[in-house]
Amino acid sequence: MRPAALTGLLASAPPGADEALELTDRLDAVLTDGLARPGAEGARALEDLAAATGSSPLAAPVREAASAMGSGPVGAACLAALAGARTALTGAVHDALLAALDTALGRTREEADAPAAPAPAPAPELEGARSWLAELAMAGWRGVDRDLAAGADAALTPLLEDPARRRLAVLLDGLGAELRAHCPLPGDQDPPARRWSDLWARAVLLAQDAFPVWPGAPARQATGRLLPLGADVHQHPTAFQVQVHALLEPSDGGPVRLVRTSVSALKVDVLTRESVWGLLAEHTVLLRALAEHRALDVEGMPLLEGGDLLWDEGRAALGGPADRFAAARLHLAGAAAPAVPALERHPARIAEPVLLEGYTAKKRTRPAPGLELDLDGARLPVSLLRRPDSSSLDMKAAASSGACLGLMRWDAGQWSVQMLGVAAKKAPAEQTHTGDWALGPTDPKFATALRNSDPLGTLRERAGKLLRK
Amino acid sequence: MAPHDSGPASVLSMVPTVYGRKLNKVPYVELADGRVQGVVSSGSAGERVYVSSVSAGSHALSCATNNNRPCGGLGGRACKHIRSLIDEACRHYGAERVAAHLRTDAGKEAKDALADLHGPVEPGPTGVVFTRFLRYLSYLEHPGAAAPIPELHWFPAGRSN
Repeated sequence: MRPAALTGLLASAPPGADEALELTDRLDAVLTDGLARPGAEGARALEDLAAATGSSPLAAPVREAASAMGSGPVGAACLAALAGARTALTGAVHDALLAALDTALGRTREEADAPAAPAPAPAPELEGARSWLAELAMAGWRGVDRDLAAGADAALTPLLEDPARRRLAVLLDGLGAELRAHCPLPGDQDPPARRWSDLWARAVLLAQDAFPVWPGAPARQATGRLLPLGADVHQHPTAFQVQVHALLEPSDGGPVRLVRTSVSALKVDVLTRESVWGLLAEHTVLLRALAEHRALDVEGMPLLEGGDLLWDEGRAALGGPADRFAAARLHLAGAAAPAVPALERHPARIAEPVLLEGYTAKKRTRPAPGLELDLDGARLPVSLLRRPDSSSLDMKAAASSGACLGLMRWDAGQWSVQMLGVAAKKAPAEQTHTGDWALGPTDPKFATALRNSDPLGTLRERAGKLLRK
Repeated sequence: MAPHDSGPASVLSMVPTVYGRKLNKVPYVELADGRVQGVVSSGSAGERVYVSSVSAGSHALSCATNNNRPCGGLGGRACKHIRSLIDEACRHYGAERVAAHLRTDAGKEAKDALADLHGPVEPGPTGVVFTRFLRYLSYLEHPGAAAPIPELHWFPAGRSN
């Protein structure tokens, strides 16, 4: 990205974004106090939210929620409408931010297809999730007690059995763990209202009978060479996901496309840092490509509309060595970016691959300790929250880097870059990437510790004895 | 919104770090239901496990096998299973967090206070904890997925510090 374009991007928010988020923040204040405890301010917030949905089908049920507040339970359709209205607003902010980023990057994005069709049949296994989410909304984040927080387990247990419900199960488990860790909130502590309301709204939508079947029908099949750019690592106490961003060179000679492929596993809290990669051991080809910095050849692999390859080891072969910085220099600027599926649009989902070079990394101490990349005077913060501890890409490697492959992110009113791989400033051939430990830690100290403790092996052995007796 | 003006955030690290540890002796430990509780392997019989717990505040102690046989070593002071449980809880969560959860004597160092736990012996939540342990293990039995879980963008693998 050119520094001038970056300066422009960092200088201002897209028109309307602040106003849209002010509306969601006011809804989040209602969700903090709980729909069972209405105030004049809360009723006004919902009225304004209804007005913002204009003539859409959401307006009437949002108004109904505003008048139902305080006079008994708020109906399921009203709750879904509140979640829907909030999602529409955050979706619009996403679109505006992504358009500004695409302009700064000179990136061409595909047009979105029609939204996925609604799921055809009612899903009784979602009932528990819906009623837990309704109880949360009635109680408000301030009113969540230990028992209500623990209710996540009962809500998600029937969903764990069905791989098609994995998204909702993982989301409820993540939210539940946070509520258990913090609720009931001490009187002087504010809840992370935007975050928990984000998670709540997404969960309410995923828990609707009509939510489209996951992962949906592939738009096409991909055949060609896959050049990985880096691995984005996600984790909460009971889930681990690696999302590999890559460039796809189609074998039919079509334009190079940006794609992603995601593999995930359920886990338990004690599996952290060097022990998490073992959870994905079944995807050997993908992990080898990450650890050994290689390309991949894929043949007929299903590709979703949003640019997600459904990883299938049977349709992949390990290719030759592939330098990620070289691949990015050659193809990233001209690569076609996929459309974002309608129901996934949210600022937190923005993760656009970029190559940044010629910067000076500067540590800062205020307002909080952090790291910034100075590109000709434009200062781009590095997202440390997104720097995984399951890799050797530590603060030192980040601070002494002169080039990085990363993902542009936006949160709390500002852009940042999440580093996926860095090249040392003094010795550019020395690279460190987040997926370097995919086959095990490359640092002997961590490798020995992992061999000695082998937490995954120990727990699997226990599970074998106790669960299959 | 001004650039670099940190407003409400979507992405935060909300669950305190848990540390990796050896799991042979104490495969399961949790701070829950007002207790430190967990499952401790028997030193002698391979199949047998003990469910041990210490209550917050009262420091009531409990220890029994998963078949509800009381631990012979438990008197007015912690038996070896409870001592192992506390040691591993400290490795898992950090001694400060364990001591705060149990509301130990604030005038003492966390480690010293935890080394000196004593309280009444009470029947413990053996069945509940053992069931939770089995549920915990069952997470590793579910197959993985190769389709994207977009919701995990809210849960980055890093820490803010």
